[in-house]
Amino acid sequence: MTTTTAEESVSASLETATIKSWKAPIAYAIFTLIAIVLFVVNGRDGSSRFRLSSEADLIQLPVIDAPTRLTCVVVVVLLLAITAYATWLSSQAKRVPLWLTIIFAAAFMWAFLTWAAAGESIPITGLLLGTVALSAPLIFGALGGVISERVGVVNVAIEGQLLAGAFLSAFVASVTGNPWVGLIAAMVAGVLVSFLLAAFSIKYLVDQVIVGVVLNVLVAGLTSFLYTTVLTSNTPLFNSPPRFPRISIPILSEIPILGPVLFRQTVIIYFMYVAVIVVWWALFHTKWGLRLRAVGEHPQAADTVGIKVNATRFWNVALAGAIAGFGGAYFTLGSVGGFTKEMTAGAGFIALAAVIFGRWDPIRATLAALLFGFATNLQNVLGAIGSGVPSEFLLMLPYVVTIFAVAGLVGYVRGPAASGKPYIKA
Amino acid sequence: MSDVTAPTAPAGNEPQKTTQPEAPRGNQVLADILNGSFVITILAVVFALLIGAVLIAVTDEDVQAAAGYFFAAPGDTFSAIWQSVSGAYGALFQGSIYNFRRDSFVDGIKPLTETLTFATPLIAAALGIGIAFRVGLFNIGGRGQMLIAAACAGWVGFSFELPWGVHLAIAVIAGIVGGALWGGIVGLLKARTGAHEVILTIMLNYVAFYLVSWMLRTPGLLQAPDSVNPKSPAMLETAVFPEILGPKYNLHLGFIFVIAATIFAWWLLNRSSLGFQFRAVGENPNAARVAGINVKNTYVQAMLISGGLVGLAGVMQVLGTVTTGFSAGIDAGIGFDAITVALLGRSRPWGIFAAGVLFGAFKAGGFAMQAAEGIPIDIVTVVQSLIVLFIAAPPLIRAVFFLPKQGKPKRLKLNVSQEVAAK
Repeated sequence: MTTTTAEESVSASLETATIKSWKAPIAYAIFTLIAIVLFVVNGRDGSSRFRLSSEADLIQLPVIDAPTRLTCVVVVVLLLAITAYATWLSSQAKRVPLWLTIIFAAAFMWAFLTWAAAGESIPITGLLLGTVALSAPLIFGALGGVISERVGVVNVAIEGQLLAGAFLSAFVASVTGNPWVGLIAAMVAGVLVSFLLAAFSIKYLVDQVIVGVVLNVLVAGLTSFLYTTVLTSNTPLFNSPPRFPRISIPILSEIPILGPVLFRQTVIIYFMYVAVIVVWWALFHTKWGLRLRAVGEHPQAADTVGIKVNATRFWNVALAGAIAGFGGAYFTLGSVGGFTKEMTAGAGFIALAAVIFGRWDPIRATLAALLFGFATNLQNVLGAIGSGVPSEFLLMLPYVVTIFAVAGLVGYVRGPAASGKPYIKA
Repeated sequence: MSDVTAPTAPAGNEPQKTTQPEAPRGNQVLADILNGSFVITILAVVFALLIGAVLIAVTDEDVQAAAGYFFAAPGDTFSAIWQSVSGAYGALFQGSIYNFRRDSFVDGIKPLTETLTFATPLIAAALGIGIAFRVGLFNIGGRGQMLIAAACAGWVGFSFELPWGVHLAIAVIAGIVGGALWGGIVGLLKARTGAHEVILTIMLNYVAFYLVSWMLRTPGLLQAPDSVNPKSPAMLETAVFPEILGPKYNLHLGFIFVIAATIFAWWLLNRSSLGFQFRAVGENPNAARVAGINVKNTYVQAMLISGGLVGLAGVMQVLGTVTTGFSAGIDAGIGFDAITVALLGRSRPWGIFAAGVLFGAFKAGGFAMQAAEGIPIDIVTVVQSLIVLFIAAPPLIRAVFFLPKQGKPKRLKLNVSQEVAAK
């Protein structure tokens, strides 16, 4: 697998050279092998039921009842066919398209669900609902990461921004009794962390990854310290924020499967839909986005045409912090309620993975975040119905998939060219 | 992000010094002392402790009560502040260096040995992370490497009955190999596929955590027999690090290992040809490739060594600190603390050693402070991260303490406006 060096030399010399990348077929083959061992050799009998709607829905869909062993065999044959097709594509030096990977992943997931749910029933709506809930902070964090890295500042501090947002939103919402004020406080908290990141990385030229890592530690320590000394001293006053209620959007919320998942949510989730679309549109279709990307790709060129590089960086990193901080509010105002020590539990790092997995694109990063949320929630659902798989392996799944994706499918990712490098005017 | 280099002082400073020949010699010496990294380090620690003092004072209930009638009796507020801050830092000192309340020197010095005990795994892990830094790799995977190493060393430690000495050696080697392999996966994947090491190490942390958790609750693997808790059996006597200062102190043989590891790291980086390759790749991978260094192999070797040293920290946790059987939290956050230690030590082996002792002192003293004064140990985390931040930004420290500025060719606001005006 010397493809990466091949790619590099090709871009320098020959435009017509063909590159045979075997990464995708190899990754497919490994997963197909896992599928054969797990679902066919170690196959289970019985039938797996998938519930598509809950009792509260207006339109009731029938329960799908699938014979476990037969379904698994059929899907594994499909996986084999996809692997063979991908191998053929690679041997012809053609790219393996993304949709093939999506079909492969979906088929694998379907086989896995069928296998795990032998003799049980899986609530599909609940599975997807939990996915959205668990993904929400990841998506906000990933959006903040995308903006920050696109403008040229590596944002490892997403975890700190989420945690600061969660802390301050819980505190302010409790004291004022108004979740909307808490939401604004969450953004302020994220911006404050961003200011530190921007000041140290842009003004003092400290390595951006280092600042990010240290800020995470700083915010974790600070919030834990204040939690113990302040919040717990008077929990009813300082740490019992009101939560946002779920709002059902009429008509839309009655769409089968999607309605309950997407349109019976808290206002934070609705903001999330807007944020994803706005960030994507603004990044690629507005003057602001063009300038931002120019600063991140080639600051010197941007400076030459009169864009203030460091000011652009500073304020966009602040914006990124506001978005990530907003996501932090979901932990307190959207789901749990009160703040607890280190309640983000590594979500910021997963968001960072989603940024890179999604190749610095807001939509792809959102999809990656949804994938992580899905895998985490899958463990909850399967844990509840008691499948034969040890829960640790299900919990491990998203991380293993990410490793495979980063190593095999995404391959040599190229971020914004100037990301991580301070700009010093000559 | 791939080109993270060792955190050194801003690069522009060295050549600038040679362009200032006019300054008198005495001034030059004074300026060098004031701007030297040692003074900056001390001042950064002082400044971080000051901010910590503010936090302690503001959250102290007596101070809040006294501040309520500040204008009536301001002295009360100040004495309350003094009480809380001096109490806290006094406890920190007595818990980490010397306890004056004890009668004899033998008892009084115990906190210092506690400091060294806490420093032992920190230094080992930070050496590993520092070596990766020097190659331009950011190893956030300390947690995973420590867990795997702890599982390997622990398994050897409790399941084989071997003679004294041999058992310990095999357990240590097993742990180091485990950590090295877990780190090596990262190097291999990065070299072969170009995957980003930050993502890989973060993901492998979780994989290792769940893997070890599963093994700890599965009978026949790591779980203690006739137990339902996810915990391993206690280590056998022959596999435990002996206490080097006698049973009165917790300091164990691992400390000697850590000194040896520091010497090894120093030799590796500064005296060996492999270390030269490491540093060359860390400075500029493209130039290193042109010079004939196999950059990909260097990544694999560096991650193997880095993982092995971090693994040594995991070994120390199981065979030195918690010998009564370990759970999935055996890493105790050392994998992440080690990053800050490596940064503070500027990725140089002896710098890391000193930084590790300092952070060990904070940890030992932090527990004493929490017990004596009721101040959460998290304040130590705050102070530690502030120290690293300040040390990384010498201009900030110079501004705070009114030190003379180093002539530096940084962008000036004036410059920008002039250019804009010229257009």
